[in-house]
Amino acid sequence: MNPVKIIQSRFVPLPAENVDTDQIIPARFLKATTRDGFGKNLFRDWRYENNDDTKPKAGFPLNNPAYSGEILVAGKNFGCGSSREHAAWALQDYGFKAVVSSFYADIFRNNALNNGVLPVQVSDAFLQEIFAQGADTELVIDLEAQTISIPATGKSESFDINSYKKTCLLNGYDDIDYLLSMLPEVEAFEKQPR
Amino acid sequence: MGKTLFEKIWEHHVVKEIPGGPAVLYIDRHFIHEVTSPQAFTGLQKRGIPVFRPAQTIATADHNVPTLNQHLPIKEELSRLQVEVLHTNCAAQGIALYGLGHPFQGIVHVIGPELGVTQPGMTIVCGDSHTSTHGAFGSIAFGIGTSEVEMVFASQCLLQSKPKLMRISVDGELSEGVSSKDIVLYILSQITAAGATGYAVEFAGSAIRSLSMEARMTICNMSIEMGARCGMIAPDETTFSYIKGRQFAPGGEAWEPALAKWKKLFSDDDAAFDKEYTFRAEDIEPMITWGTNPGMGIAVNAPIPVPNGTEEKTAFEKSLAYMGFEAGESLLGKKVDYVFIGSCTNSRLEDLRLVAEFVKGKKKADGVEVWIVPGSRKVEAQARAEGIDKIFEKAGFQLRQPGCSACLGMNEDKIPAGKYCVSTSNRNFEGRQGAGARTLLASPLTAAAAAVTGVITDVRTLLTQKTETAEAFA
Repeated sequence: MNPVKIIQSRFVPLPAENVDTDQIIPARFLKATTRDGFGKNLFRDWRYENNDDTKPKAGFPLNNPAYSGEILVAGKNFGCGSSREHAAWALQDYGFKAVVSSFYADIFRNNALNNGVLPVQVSDAFLQEIFAQGADTELVIDLEAQTISIPATGKSESFDINSYKKTCLLNGYDDIDYLLSMLPEVEAFEKQPR
Repeated sequence: MGKTLFEKIWEHHVVKEIPGGPAVLYIDRHFIHEVTSPQAFTGLQKRGIPVFRPAQTIATADHNVPTLNQHLPIKEELSRLQVEVLHTNCAAQGIALYGLGHPFQGIVHVIGPELGVTQPGMTIVCGDSHTSTHGAFGSIAFGIGTSEVEMVFASQCLLQSKPKLMRISVDGELSEGVSSKDIVLYILSQITAAGATGYAVEFAGSAIRSLSMEARMTICNMSIEMGARCGMIAPDETTFSYIKGRQFAPGGEAWEPALAKWKKLFSDDDAAFDKEYTFRAEDIEPMITWGTNPGMGIAVNAPIPVPNGTEEKTAFEKSLAYMGFEAGESLLGKKVDYVFIGSCTNSRLEDLRLVAEFVKGKKKADGVEVWIVPGSRKVEAQARAEGIDKIFEKAGFQLRQPGCSACLGMNEDKIPAGKYCVSTSNRNFEGRQGAGARTLLASPLTAAAAAVTGVITDVRTLLTQKTETAEAFA
């Protein structure tokens, strides 16, 4: 996994709430046996008319040429529903390095973290502050400092992340390396009377 | 201070606490299926490591399999490949696989309990959010992503932060025509689709206690729809008698010691929860959803709510536009195109029996397509043995073969764009049952009522008619 430190980028606003993982990547695109190529079907049915990828829906933010960047900003309870990690893969494959929302579903949050897509949780007020910005506004997410800021307005907010996951992301470590180092302790645990 | 059910099981499975971080949590049972496992197996291959505890892993093919002609090769190439890859991976790693054609095959959350693999006090995971189902047995059971599937393969452990604890009590007696599906849709309508995010939920109270295991599974199944990390119910005599004698349940001399352990699994009287809700069973009516998340539910005879405030208005308008409904109107009498009775929420034998008893002597309405998809081969076999298949056939209902089917529309069982489907499944998200499909979640009885009338119906009106008819002939 690539280390994550500072993400400085414009953002794509998706003000909808309760964006479920079926919207992020519909089930009919989960037939692949590899992790690659899900970005082209990211938000498939919100992005295209009648399941036709030559007919982008004009109103959808990903289709609006004014918006670009590595940060998706979405309404609260982002990533609810199905546990499909394909949702995180699709966001990553499309080019997003972070998602900003005021509330995340648990499983999505873990899936995003396990793929180096940073889920940044901000207050409702700060989220509205971001939505109020113009399309050319940049956001700066500093993982080390645990802050997200809008340089244009000078506004900034800190965000939570557990210290273990922070270390993993900053260094590009993954949980499996750690768990494999734990195997002797796991075997000892298994031998205890339970 | 006493401990909650969750804490008792959790503490029993912590291998190590990482300071400032999550716990290393030991996993007793790992269920896998064809859709969320292939990339995890590939990950292991890249690292050159085997599955650490293959005997604690059980596989089935369910999400992406056809529900007709399962004896024939899968027609769709990508789906066939995905199922083949599962076979190859399980064979290479020594994992028991109940694939298509195997008498134990079925929806992963139906077969685990049915085979006695799911037991009280366990930690259970699967790359599927509805793993919460298994919590009905008094276990910590939750859905995980594919990277986490790989972690369990590699170490039989996961890194998990302890969630907050919530108790939802439902006390009293359920009214006629109201089932466990209505209970959970009611709770969802009260606390919203994000109401339990960050919490492990224990369901308690006399109405929950009175439910069968299959009905309890329906409730725990949908705890993920509240955002809960897991849902659970303390095991009791109902639980123990369900498990006893099943294929992989402790048998012979192992039974009594297992039972003694299981009987300690309950929340102590003085245990503390971070949040508590209490509901009255008498307030619950047959429920149905009108919108595009499972929290958007109403009593079937109630009007669609009118939004309160601008924030709610935006969300409601988007959902109503998708569904083709208007705020304030009633759903009763709305035309239905499809009825789907199936999914890990409601595809068990009790569900099929209940529907069969209701439709006996009735016929489906013209213009409605009715799919009954049993949860497992065992459910299907038992339904046939009881003659339930004949009742469905006479009613014009199609009894298909086991799988997840139209719950997620991954195989060919899709609801066409714009069509209305009353579904016993768990999610009414936009496009969930097929691009543009419109889903109304309900209980098996409410779904069956729609099947025979062709419109959204309060099933209680038909139950009364039945009683009156019976009296007339008495």
